[in-house]
Amino acid sequence: MMRQLFIALFLMMPLAAMAAGGESVPFHHETNLGNQASLQRGAKMFMNYCSGCHSLQYMRYQRISEDLEIPEEVMENNLILTRGKIHDTIQGTMSKENAAEWFGKAPPDLTLTARERGADWIYSFLLGFYLDDSRPSGVNNVVMSNTAMPAVLAPLQGFQALKHEDEGESEGGGHGGGHGEPQFELVQEGQLNPAEYRAAAADLTNFLVYVGEPVKLVRYSLGFKVIVFLLLFTALAYMLKKEFWRDVH
Amino acid sequence: MSKEGVDVGKRRFLTTATAAVGGVGAAFVATPFVKSWMPSARARAAGAPVEVNIAALEEGALVSVTWRGKPVWVVRRSQDMLDTLEQVKPELADPESQTDQQPEYCRNPHRSIEPAVLVMVGICTHLGCSPKFRPDAGGGQLSYSGFFCPCHGSKFDIAGRVYSGVPAPLNMVVPPHRYEGDDLIVVGEDPNQGGEEAA
Amino acid sequence: MASRFMNWVDARFPATQLWNEHIGEYYAPKNFNVWYYFGSLAMLVLANQLLTGIWLAMFYKPSAAAAFGSVAYIMRDVEWGWLIRYMHSTGASFFFIVVYLHMFRALLYGSYRKPRELLWIFGCLIFLALMAEAFMGYVLPWGNMSYWGAQVIISLFSAIPVVGEQLTTWIRGDFVIGDATLNRFFALHVVALPFVLVGLVIAHIMALHHVGSNNPDGIEIKANKGSDGHPVDGIPFHPYYTVKDLFGVGVFLTLFAAVIFFAPEFGGFFLEPPNFTEANPSVTPEHIAPVWYFTPFYAMLRAINFQLFGIDAKLLGVITMFGAVLILFVLPWLDRSKVKSIRYKGIIFKVMLAALVVSFLILGYIGTQAPSPLLTTIAQICTAIYFAFFLLMPFYSVLDRTKPVPERVTG
Repeated sequence: MMRQLFIALFLMMPLAAMAAGGESVPFHHETNLGNQASLQRGAKMFMNYCSGCHSLQYMRYQRISEDLEIPEEVMENNLILTRGKIHDTIQGTMSKENAAEWFGKAPPDLTLTARERGADWIYSFLLGFYLDDSRPSGVNNVVMSNTAMPAVLAPLQGFQALKHEDEGESEGGGHGGGHGEPQFELVQEGQLNPAEYRAAAADLTNFLVYVGEPVKLVRYSLGFKVIVFLLLFTALAYMLKKEFWRDVH
Repeated sequence: MSKEGVDVGKRRFLTTATAAVGGVGAAFVATPFVKSWMPSARARAAGAPVEVNIAALEEGALVSVTWRGKPVWVVRRSQDMLDTLEQVKPELADPESQTDQQPEYCRNPHRSIEPAVLVMVGICTHLGCSPKFRPDAGGGQLSYSGFFCPCHGSKFDIAGRVYSGVPAPLNMVVPPHRYEGDDLIVVGEDPNQGGEEAA
Repeated sequence: MASRFMNWVDARFPATQLWNEHIGEYYAPKNFNVWYYFGSLAMLVLANQLLTGIWLAMFYKPSAAAAFGSVAYIMRDVEWGWLIRYMHSTGASFFFIVVYLHMFRALLYGSYRKPRELLWIFGCLIFLALMAEAFMGYVLPWGNMSYWGAQVIISLFSAIPVVGEQLTTWIRGDFVIGDATLNRFFALHVVALPFVLVGLVIAHIMALHHVGSNNPDGIEIKANKGSDGHPVDGIPFHPYYTVKDLFGVGVFLTLFAAVIFFAPEFGGFFLEPPNFTEANPSVTPEHIAPVWYFTPFYAMLRAINFQLFGIDAKLLGVITMFGAVLILFVLPWLDRSKVKSIRYKGIIFKVMLAALVVSFLILGYIGTQAPSPLLTTIAQICTAIYFAFFLLMPFYSVLDRTKPVPERVTG
């Protein structure tokens, strides 16, 4: 009876994942770190659109080159847009003081954002910009209301307006998923159509999840081998135990 | 508790097998701990190869860079300087550079890839001071142009080879290096690897 | 030759004697069940924390400016640093899982009863030291939850009348949580408390071996000795329990590895999301929750939102929370049952114990959630049940019907 109770409690542990808390966001992203092409596209997007303001201060170019199998020369020629060298950490090109002056707040470092807020949050943020006259930058964001960040990806996404279906809904996506996704209307087209833009945002999100924990690429396969070994050891130890305990009645 | 019918052979086998697998497991577990002491990515970044552009380096001049925390000198030697390399030989302890203080491709009289250009770690092989560059024999400190260490008076020729009868025992170290074009030296990489760091 | 070497050693140090007394000829009851794995597993986890902790201390920097970055350095730049870090963080949580189960065994079988009261008290002291060790360890990464968790817990001390404020400043070493606090927590976490823990564990095992182990039937096996002078229901620890515990270690390590490699964050319970951003005195996380193993006690603290006997709610909450741990110490004197083990106790004890477990688990859940009127009421009820298990025990342990206890151990 005790054993069953034990097992039941243990099996309930996955519910823990739900209880982990955090705001709910409108869009969901299925992270796929096995798709190397997607990670490479995401790296390129980050360097081109984000690294101007955002640093990845705990990440080195060389690590990306090694993990994503990008040759170092290609990395140096196309993806290092700062003054850094391949072994350096990825610093933003804008100084913190200038950023604070121009935007009111320094653009945060993004190395650990995926671990702090989650992939869904990042993906929703990338999709969530909409036109808003009341903001100095002309845009706002459903995930982080009154964000100081301008619509850097507008060239790709275009501009969209937020359709207010429910006036009672407050700013930001802080409520549970009851209202579903916010409704947008594309006001000005970008280089990519909505489906293509979602794919690009997915690439960038995948990349940032990878950056949050680079070793995740190998952690699972290594773990599989470790557990197979441990099961072998445990089986042997069990047989050893059984053999000795034949003495005991 | 009974000990009748004990299959000693089976027990010994199972004990040995479990101990063996356990030993392998212990080795697996020890590996990350031991490997963690190897230089980290940060240390390797700080120790990464350094590029030196010698397009503007004049004859007889020395330029210094830092590689792996040590000073590395690049000297563009004049023909007069190179001529002294043969003349100074009788006074040297290891004129043929037999001790391994330089890469194989620098085991030659001028101890470099390009005869004129010396690339050398600027640390005396006695107790680690940084010797002084004497392009003109230092007014009698040396027999010919070379390097003089003020700490304990060790003397080296213009290829870093140590004089005999001085405290320093060995020729000065020549680091791995390679050329990219005529004017760019990459300190820390061997020529044939071209892109892979020297160990 | 090996025996000549041992003779030389034994003439100078009681090596063989110690081996025989504590392992080779320590007779333990032969009916240990699954609940008896957790003592040796706790020692295994302690060894893991010591080894991985020492290694982390080779790379970690205990200053407010450098701590967070040094953890990122360990995770990314140090060869295999990520694995050593996950072994340590997962180990901390598994330590509490193992210790809670280990303590539960004592409740089941009356392992705290005479003559094992001191054994139990050493165990309670280990539990206290472990909580302090874990609390300080969680501050070290200097993430935002590290900072605010420290802020909340240390400010509890200000509830103490007269000396509270000064005491809090003294603990912090500053007027706010900061570099001074972090550095001293590092010294305590890496040096002082590990010594205390190891010393207490040694005392704990010495106390156990002095009187001999209890067992699921709660009978004293030493009362029934055979012609060879050993308990008839006893078996030597080696090879029987060394071999059995080795199997337990295998099962444990498999689960341990599964978490380390597949879910080190464990849904945000082992590594909490707010801790992936640096400590920020100006930004408080959405809701501050301590790590999961403290949440039952945290829920009790928050449940006391009323004053009593002239003591304000804050101080009363602190007293309740600490009281919940301190009451464990006197358990041996609260249990007046004629029998030790649940197997021979009556229905009242079984109901009370089940109620204790359920309340503790519910309190644990409530501790992870933001407060609400409903949750607070439930927490108050569960806190009452928790204390009732102990405070009413002198009465119900006498009233409860007991079954006759066997002479020899059963399975």
